Amino acid sequence: MAKRIDVSGLHVYYGDFLAVEDVSMTIEPRSVTAFIGSSGCGKSTFLRTLNRMHEVTPGARAEGKVLLDDLDIYGAEVDPVLVRSEIGMVFQKANPFPTMSIYDNVIAGARLNNKRMPKSEADDLVEESLRGANLWEEVKDRLDKPGSGLSGGQQQRLCIARATAVKPSVLLMDEPCSALDPISTLAIEDLIHKLKEDYTIVIVTHNMQQAARVSDRTAFFNLSAPGKPGKLIEMGETNQIFTRPEKKETENYITGRFG
Amino acid sequence: MSMTTTQPPAPGSEAGSRTELSTGALPRRFPLLLLAGSALVVAGVLAAFSSFGPVAWALLTAVAYTVIIVTASVRVEGGRKAKDRLVTAIVYGCFLLAMAPLVSLLYTVADKGLDRFSPYFLTVSMNGVLPSMDAGGVYHAIVGTLAITGMATLMAVPIGVLTAVYLVEYAQGRLKKVITFFVDVMTGIPSIVAGLFVVALWMMLFGPGKTNGAAGAISLAVLMIPVVVRSSEEMLRLVPQDLREASYALGVPKWRTIVKVVLPTSAAGLTTGIMLAIARVIGETAPLVLTAGSSAVSINWNLFDGQMMNLPVFIFSQFRMGGAVNYERAWAAALTLVLVVMLLFFLARVIGRLFAPKTR
Repeated sequence: MAKRIDVSGLHVYYGDFLAVEDVSMTIEPRSVTAFIGSSGCGKSTFLRTLNRMHEVTPGARAEGKVLLDDLDIYGAEVDPVLVRSEIGMVFQKANPFPTMSIYDNVIAGARLNNKRMPKSEADDLVEESLRGANLWEEVKDRLDKPGSGLSGGQQQRLCIARATAVKPSVLLMDEPCSALDPISTLAIEDLIHKLKEDYTIVIVTHNMQQAARVSDRTAFFNLSAPGKPGKLIEMGETNQIFTRPEKKETENYITGRFG
Repeated sequence: MSMTTTQPPAPGSEAGSRTELSTGALPRRFPLLLLAGSALVVAGVLAAFSSFGPVAWALLTAVAYTVIIVTASVRVEGGRKAKDRLVTAIVYGCFLLAMAPLVSLLYTVADKGLDRFSPYFLTVSMNGVLPSMDAGGVYHAIVGTLAITGMATLMAVPIGVLTAVYLVEYAQGRLKKVITFFVDVMTGIPSIVAGLFVVALWMMLFGPGKTNGAAGAISLAVLMIPVVVRSSEEMLRLVPQDLREASYALGVPKWRTIVKVVLPTSAAGLTTGIMLAIARVIGETAPLVLTAGSSAVSINWNLFDGQMMNLPVFIFSQFRMGGAVNYERAWAAALTLVLVVMLLFFLARVIGRLFAPKTR
């Protein structure tokens, strides 16, 4: 199920502006890869190019190669819609569909695509996904209630359940805990540990402790000056990045010294 | 305007709790008592000069109240709170001023309309009734209004909502600007020009004298479309981008995202906008006089055959006949129209509530 991502020579542009320059990296399956770096360094932008979500922004485009196992997701005939059903995404702000119940939110991927499935199968999928997101016990008695009535942390786990219900092979998470309290954050981090048995997980985070806690590998992004494109500075085992970074810039960032 | 009706509170009445962070405060009921007091005193003074009139009374009361409360507030509470009192008084004053014509209008329509307003009036047409006879009603005009406005809505809503979807979800660059510009221009079309346009169109297509209810419906649709586009555009823009992205991230194509996420999320707002557009055209007279005709007296449900009466035109033509009974009919029809519009707004609220995203 989980797949490897190979990025080579990827440039991302907003119109004429080069936002991310020449990124090459390998993201291993069944592991958690964290992207760290200061705001505006292009890590979220880069994350969004991994499932072609950046194309939603007018004027945004990417050049280069992104291989999902052996398939280039930027290939000529590739449909971004199918790419996204293979590479799911969880956003910074929990965004359950406000018109749908908890149940409908979880199977939104199937329902919105008009996939027919027997009631029992849908029930099983909902239960499985909610259990997978550690949310089942909290919501099993109110599946028909609106998803927006849950707490922030619960909503975020609902969004994770929704993302996993379409059975992607990769899960991208764009600062999934930045709006959550420490206890909800812990719940999500536990969940990430569990999910990596089945998925390839990429997480953008501003919280270096979080990167250290959840990830197996860490990539550090930075930009040389405001207005300049962001670059991948260094990538390696999380342990190594946080204890023996090879580059001075990385060391400065993780120790809190800048410039 | 004496100060005898008011009791400026002694500064420092709560001396014990005074600190450098607190100021004096007028008693909580002071504004209400002052207002009642000024009203009484002004009424008394005006009566003494035997020149009592409601307008002068209201105005002088407002002035007296404002002057006294600001003076009292400056002395007791200090400058910032005095400004607050002044602006509060002005805002309330403006609100009441704006309400006055509305209340007066509704009162007049109800007062004069009720003379003739009855189940009989609502359920018979003017077929076989001479203008001066003490009989007849507006059933045929209600039928016409519902049929013409209904058909106009059926045409304008799909075009308007789809245009808004195009503008918000798809359009980029020059075409978007051009469409937005023409929608704005359309908003400014005088309604009688829309009527003339349809008359000319009918003349060309079917020859002279062939205008009917459908022609009226099209002229109303021309007026409705820009209103629907504008309000729907606003509502669609209110749908957070997050929700669209959440849907894309599940591998849902754009069109399904629009149909199943964006439109349902904004359904309540869209409904309200559509209802406002209907209310905008349901009282249109000029284009309907030109198209649907002003002389129909019998019940006609068929939009494609012959003239069709409707409420605004009925009011207009009765008023123009000028007899006492005609005036009564005009006012009663006006009351009917107001009630129809209110009913529509009530329905809009109910529908909006049914569609609104729920949080509990």
